[in-house]
This record gives sequence, structure tokens and C-alpha cells, in this order.
Amino acid sequence: MRIVFLAVLAGFVGAQDAAAGQLWVSNEKDNTVSVVDTQALTVVATYPVGLRPRGITFSHDFKELYLCASDDDQIDVLDPASGLTIRRLTSGEDPEQFALHPNDTDLYIANEDDALATVMNVKTGEVLAEINVGVEPEGMAVSPDGTIAVVTSETTNMVHWIDTAKKQIFANTLVGQRPRHAEFSHDGKQLWVSSEVGGQVQVLDVATQSLIKELHFAIGGVSADLIQPVGIRLTADGSMAFVALGPANHVAVVDTKSFAIKRYILVGARVWHLEFTDNEKMIFSVNGASGDVTAIDVARLEAVKSIKVGRYPWGAAYHP
Amino acid sequence: MNMSPCATSRSPIMRRCIAAILCCVAVSALALFAVSGAAQASAAPLAVKILYVRQQIEQAPTLSNLDPVPEDDGYAGAIVATADNNTTGAFLGQSFSLENVPLPAGEVAPETLDEILGRGVDLIVADMSDAALLKMADRPKAAAVLIVDARSQSDVLRNARCRANVLHTMPSYAMRADALAQFMVFKRWTRWAMIVGQHAPDQSFADALRASAKKFGISILAERPWLENADMRRSASSELPLFTQDFPDHDVLVVADETDDFARYIPGNTWLPRPVAGSEGISPVVWSPAVENWGAAQLQSRFMKSAGRTMRPADYAAWLAVRAIGEAVTRTASASAPDVRAFLLSDAFELAAFKGRKLSFRNWNGEMRQPIPIVQPRAVIATAPLPGFLHQFSELDTLGLDRPESKCTKFNTEGP
Repeated sequence: MRIVFLAVLAGFVGAQDAAAGQLWVSNEKDNTVSVVDTQALTVVATYPVGLRPRGITFSHDFKELYLCASDDDQIDVLDPASGLTIRRLTSGEDPEQFALHPNDTDLYIANEDDALATVMNVKTGEVLAEINVGVEPEGMAVSPDGTIAVVTSETTNMVHWIDTAKKQIFANTLVGQRPRHAEFSHDGKQLWVSSEVGGQVQVLDVATQSLIKELHFAIGGVSADLIQPVGIRLTADGSMAFVALGPANHVAVVDTKSFAIKRYILVGARVWHLEFTDNEKMIFSVNGASGDVTAIDVARLEAVKSIKVGRYPWGAAYHP
Repeated sequence: MNMSPCATSRSPIMRRCIAAILCCVAVSALALFAVSGAAQASAAPLAVKILYVRQQIEQAPTLSNLDPVPEDDGYAGAIVATADNNTTGAFLGQSFSLENVPLPAGEVAPETLDEILGRGVDLIVADMSDAALLKMADRPKAAAVLIVDARSQSDVLRNARCRANVLHTMPSYAMRADALAQFMVFKRWTRWAMIVGQHAPDQSFADALRASAKKFGISILAERPWLENADMRRSASSELPLFTQDFPDHDVLVVADETDDFARYIPGNTWLPRPVAGSEGISPVVWSPAVENWGAAQLQSRFMKSAGRTMRPADYAAWLAVRAIGEAVTRTASASAPDVRAFLLSDAFELAAFKGRKLSFRNWNGEMRQPIPIVQPRAVIATAPLPGFLHQFSELDTLGLDRPESKCTKFNTEGP
């Protein structure tokens, strides 16, 4: 039987939805998720999950949380109200990241050890398709209209464009070294891709899969090759992009119109993924090496507080 | 809400279940591959062949029978890299093949080398002795060939005896020694005692360690050559305390035993309680099974699946050589030696290789610049360059021969 560890129960817990206003963080080397109350800025619960949890996302109705348990070769499905694992889906080997299609059913999973993308019906566990991709697939995203899925392969250094109707690759784009993450703009016209070792973010035109802009970053006192972009989040109004810069320990803020870098915000150590909370009033960075998440005020572009979570936190998902 | 029987426990039944599922995945993956391969057939196909020239290496006798050198040391890494190149190439209409060219140990006849160079393949990965490598590079037929050396650590081959048609992916003795010295300065363990083996690689590593000590302000207080007439398996605990008793007080005992002969018996058997470093203990290496960060776990697991053993330094250097060529072909859509060489030596070339920083080649001597992990057998202790060792161009150039001190002149002229 599973044992649930409940940490400090603090702040308001919504009467209608126990998980309201919570940020769920996957702790890669603790095999747990930490639940952060984004108002009180404290950890309110820690739940055990499968081995090496990495990719994390909610269903669009927020009734289920999906989690890549990479070393278990499965997807854990949690009930956000109780924190209990309600099903486990055999996902193919070493699932690292995934993206949920707007239909709330098709989960696009990157199987890192298998050079494979798996499309799974997350309600039934049925594998709908397996698509051969490059070596070490990682970043995964589905366009807002659901017609395109993309996967980045870290050692092949490509973005593979998948037609979601045919579940086949229709184009491949070479990008910088070790592409880690891909993010569609909210209008679906641009794809932002971070290359961790190349040190750049490439903005691609979705219609033509061609390069619009390549972004580079520079922080005083930080060696250029330690600036390693990973996580990207774009504001819904299309004005700003946030880019996590890995061992540079900063989050870059980019003006999406001019592509100018507006600000570098110091956060914790080895920052990988990012997540907006509270209607984009805040954005949280997940800092692997320091084992914490940093809350950033989006209006002021300032770090507010860092909150200790588990060991090597990897990513986060927000439950409004 | 159905729970598959596979997902309920970590029992042997579950393992069999997973194996069955993986088997299905593999079969269906192959089918899909054929479809996607056909869909991509419109791209101009490019078949790239690489010769892997593998000379048998005469192993000096060692005291221990543990850890024999695997038959496929080095070559196994080239196989994994070829598979990686092919996965990428499948999307671009490029295919890569590796041909194993075995050579006997010792002196190699010029005719043998000419035969290899005359096969019409101008991309070669060399896993050879220093002498044979140099001899091959100097054959007239090699002028239009690109040789990527994945074995030699010789400093002189990157310096006065460098060759324009030879690049190196194995770090030099100087790079490894500088990495260790930086770590020791970082730890403030700057008083060394040293034991040096009698084989040529031991002497070369010791030379590099002495040069690094001077460069980084470390004092080698005393140095002793290793005695070959001791049976350490039986009497390490009685011989080594005596052997190390006369050393003046030191912070660390550094051992140059590149032939893996005696050094394994030193930790725990010294007169003074001091850490052991160098060829044993705290070791600067190009790669180790203990490297797990920066996605390295993926490469380790890919290698383990392919070779059935852990990845050794020569495997990694060969992986680098074949991947570097693959990356150049992918980016330039050309497989000719001059194009590949020009791209590899240009600022445009960078390689992600699971060490946290991008790798590239020094365009003054053809040596790959790369971080050097400082490891003990079960974990990475640190990775050089250590924080605080600065450089005007690249911190990676604090390791090994830097441009101002290089006596290599062959790279000023155009290569093949």
C-alpha cells in the first residue's frame, strides 16, 4: 500500500477543489511530487510517485495529473484531490516529456532511450501510434489547434514535425546542439525551441518550419558556455517569453515583438522548467541543483521567494 | 480505469510483461521506420563510409588479472556513434557505415598503410600506436585524407609533430594532468609525492604531471620510480607502507601508472593516511561509467545495450570521433575530407557530448577541447575546468597546450 506523507497544511484550501491554486513539482531524485500553495508560498504536501518523475502536466479539466515515471517506463495518473496514484500506463521505455493534445485524450510522449514518440490515449492506455524520431527525443509540444505535434531530439539536433491526424512526420528542421524544449506561441504561428548546449533559442515559423530569429544570451560574470537554455513559457497576450538558462542560474525575459532581452532574473541553481500560476501573475522556475522553486512576480519581473522542494526538481504544473 | 497486470508490482511477472511489450514496440517500430524511410527517399542520398583502423595494442603484463581490456575497446563506441549518426541521417537521406580495418601490433609496413589509404575512403578513425599513426599520416596518399585519432594521448603529436590531416578526440596527457592540477589547487592539496611506473605511457603522463605542477604552482616534494619485482597481490599491505615511508609529508600521493599495473594496490596501503590520485584513486579521465549528468546516463545506457559492458575512455573517444564526422556531414551535406575538416576546425562546429559544455576543435593543433571529469570509481568528484580558472577565449583552453605555447605549425596552411 502507498503511504501518503502530508507535510505542513497551511493557508487556504479551497472548499470546492482541494488542489486549487497549487503548483505540483516533480522531484526527479526523490520519486515524489511536492505541492506548493502559490498564495502562501509553502509546500503543503509531498506524495510518493513512480521512479524518476520528470514530465508533469494536468488534464485540461484538471481532474487528473500525468507524470512521467521515467525509470518505471510508465505514466502515473494522480488524483489531484487526494494525491493518490489512480492508474499507471505503460508508456514505452524511458518517458521523459509529454504534451497533451487539446482533445484532452491523446498524450504525445517522448521515449528518450528508444528514439521513439508514443501517442497514447491517456484515458484507456491504448497506444495509438509509435513514431520513429531522432536520438534522445525530449521536448514535446502540440499546437494550440491540435494539428501539429513537435518533438526535439537531443543528439540528432532536430525538430520533428508530426501531422497529428496521420501521426506521421511531415518535416524535420535542424536546430542547435541538444534541443531540450519546444513551445508554440498561443496563436500557433511560432515555435520556440531551446538548445541547451548550443546556448540559443530559435524561433521558427510554423507554416514554413523556417527560422525567424535566433536568440543569444549574455550575463556578466557567467561563462558563455554555461548559458544553457531549457524551459520556455510565453505569456498568453503574446508580449513576453521567459527562458530558463540552466547552470547560468537565471531566467531571461524576452520581448516577443522586438526579440530584445528585457531582463535576467537570478533564481536557484540549474534552472530547467518554468510554469505560470495565478493567471500569469507569477511564474515559477524549477531549480534542480538547489532543490527549490523560485516564485517570480511577472509584473515586476523580480524573484519573490524560493521554496525548498524535493531533490532535483525537474518540472512543474499548475492547478488553478 | 483498467489497470494492466504489468503495472501493479515490480515482480518477475511484471518484468516479463515489460519484455513482451518492448518486443512488440520493436517490431512495430521497424515497420514504421520503413514507411518513414520511403517518405524521405526524395532527399539526395549520401552514403558515408568511415574506416576504423584498429591496431592491436601490446599490453604490458599487469600484476592483477582483474579488468582485462575488452576486445572491442574503442570500436564499441564507434559502433554506437554510427547508429546515432544513422538515426539522424535517416531524416536527411544520409547513411553511415563503419568498416573495421584490423592491423597487427608493432611496426606496420608502408605497403599495408598504402593499401588502406588506397581504398577510396577518405574519412578514417585511427585507433593505433603513435608510431603507426604518424607513419600513416605521412604517407603521400594520406594527404587528401582526414584522420581522426581516437587513441593517442601523446603531447608531441599535438605539438612539434602535429599533422594537418590528423585531429584528436582523446585528450592529451597534458589535458588530463592540467585537469588534475586544477582540482588539486582548488582543494589546496598542493604538496605532492609521486610514484612513476617504468613504461613509456607512465613516463609521458609523469612528464605532463610535472609540467602541470609547475604551471599551477604545485610542489612535487619527492618522486620514486616503481619497482617491478614486487608481487602486490600477496604483499601490498607489507611492501607499500615501507615503499612510501620515506616520502616527506605531503597532501596527496600522485601515481603515474597508465598501464594499470601496480597503482590499484596503493590506496589504503600508504604509510601516511593520504589520498591517492593520478592513474588511480582521484583520476582525470575523458570518460567513466560514473559520469551521469548532462544526459550522460542516456549515452551510458545506449552503450551498455549495444556493447554489453560499461563505456571506457577509448570507447568515448571513438564515439566522439565518429559523431564529430557525422555532425559535420549533417550540417554541411558533404562527406568529402576537405569539407569535413574545414567544418570541424571552424567556429560553426560544436558538439553536444554529455559533458555540460559544447565540444569543438582547437584550430591550431587539431585537438578537441573538452571538459575532463575528475572521478573516483563510483562517482564524479569534480569536472575540469574548475571554477576560477579563467581564459580570455575559452575556459576549456586552460586544459592542455594553449595557442601561445603551441609549436604546431601545420595548421597555418590548408589541410587536405
